[in-house]
Amino acid sequence: MLKVENLNSFYGASQVLRDFSIDLAAGEVLCLLGRNGAGKTTALRSIMGLLRPRSGLVTLDGRELTSLPGHEVPKAGIGYVPQGRRLFSELTVAENLEIGLMCRGGGEEVRERVLQYFPRLSERLDQASGTLSGGEQQMLAMARALCVEPSVILLDEPTEGLQPSMISTIRDVLLQLRGDGVGILLVEQRVDAVRPVADRVAFVENGCVRETVGVAALTENPELLRKYVGVG
Amino acid sequence: MDFGPFLFLATLEGLVQAAVLCLTALGLSLVFGVMRVVNVAHGEFYMLGAVIAWWVTSIVGIHPAVGFAAALAIAPLAVGAIAFAGERLILKRLDYNPEATIVATIGMLYVIQQMALLFFGPDPRPVEAPFYFRIQFPWFGYSGYKLIVVAAAIAILLIAWFVIAKTRIGLVMRATQFDGDTAQAFGIPVNRVYASVFAVGAMFAAVAAVLIVPIRQAHYLMGLDPLLLSFIVVILGGLGSIRGTIVAAILIGLSDGIISVFFSPTLAKMASTLLVALVLVFRPQGLFGREEL
Repeated sequence: MLKVENLNSFYGASQVLRDFSIDLAAGEVLCLLGRNGAGKTTALRSIMGLLRPRSGLVTLDGRELTSLPGHEVPKAGIGYVPQGRRLFSELTVAENLEIGLMCRGGGEEVRERVLQYFPRLSERLDQASGTLSGGEQQMLAMARALCVEPSVILLDEPTEGLQPSMISTIRDVLLQLRGDGVGILLVEQRVDAVRPVADRVAFVENGCVRETVGVAALTENPELLRKYVGVG
Repeated sequence: MDFGPFLFLATLEGLVQAAVLCLTALGLSLVFGVMRVVNVAHGEFYMLGAVIAWWVTSIVGIHPAVGFAAALAIAPLAVGAIAFAGERLILKRLDYNPEATIVATIGMLYVIQQMALLFFGPDPRPVEAPFYFRIQFPWFGYSGYKLIVVAAAIAILLIAWFVIAKTRIGLVMRATQFDGDTAQAFGIPVNRVYASVFAVGAMFAAVAAVLIVPIRQAHYLMGLDPLLLSFIVVILGGLGSIRGTIVAAILIGLSDGIISVFFSPTLAKMASTLLVALVLVFRPQGLFGREEL
């Protein structure tokens, strides 16, 4: 489904991704784990076309995305939940969802389907998104991405700063999406949030994927976590 | 004339000034708000609007109203096309870098101004008003055309508000204004939005100029005053705040008109500049700006 081959991305003269490669199948959850500054967020931004890689290839179902203009990448069917949510805070909940729907021409029925995942948002449609609670903002960031009707969704630390009940809601939605065949590329810092949802884990260090393992290896081989994330 | 009627006359003059300023400053505010570009050439788009209006009315000579209507349609479109080309050829290539675009728009200012001097000449040129009628108040008669200018500006501002607040085009503009990166991640062609907004901003200035040119004449140096006043308005209202821009334009326009009638235009400009200085000291984000700005 999503294939990333040998991406090399830079911020100015500083190289952040070095031959970064991953692949993701339909209905699979792949988690990128690594220390701060390892290049996980940059990898997502490069896949989305927000940071133009100098070399490498991103394909979705065989269609090359790296040569597309940045705004065409989501139209290929990639939803994005950025780090820190990055909602359009002065727009209402409904307007934020509308931005997602416009991406691929989704209509009312798509919005209704997405709101079934997050019923609480239905009560807040006319509220400015910046006034929502942290958990509701995260729900909206995910709902906005789902309005794109993505075949692959990229999530950058979706559980950051959330209370346990909200983390559990997000986990349930991810499992549901996985069941629906959506490929999920998840960047996480919290290992406990990864275990229940991920199928595989790719350890990112210094801008490249060092090792990719099944999620069971996190329990079987705690040394991996000590080595790449600094926790055990 | 007694003080009361004199104040009424001054207020009417201020309203005309405010109407034109609202349109001009709204263009500057849109460009800054969405693109974060300080467009120093904005006054030249205003001047081009007036010059093209003179050119069109001098060609279409059937009746002043026909020539004026043609100018009102053609001048904003022509100015918008020029601004669009300038954005694609210059600002886009500078990647909208804030410092570089200031220098680039200063360059655009001089190029447009000198081209106007070359092809239009140094003399002021009158444009005939589309119609003449006077509204007779108990104390004096007043130009009906000037009041039509105020009404037209209000109509255009209402349309602009409707488009920005209630349509998908406006939603795309607002999303781009808040966060261009995230807007792009949802399929919004941010570069095309920038080019369109730059063109529309220039068109607002051109419409304002076409409306006012029968009162003020077209001249290749006429862009400086509206540029200065627009900057004052945009800073006073709060950078990028459209509501603030409108309120500040009405404040500055009215005070400029009233002080000009009672005292002198120079004193009016001094008062406006002093007001901006006070706002910058006591409320740097402007009347309606966000604090982080």
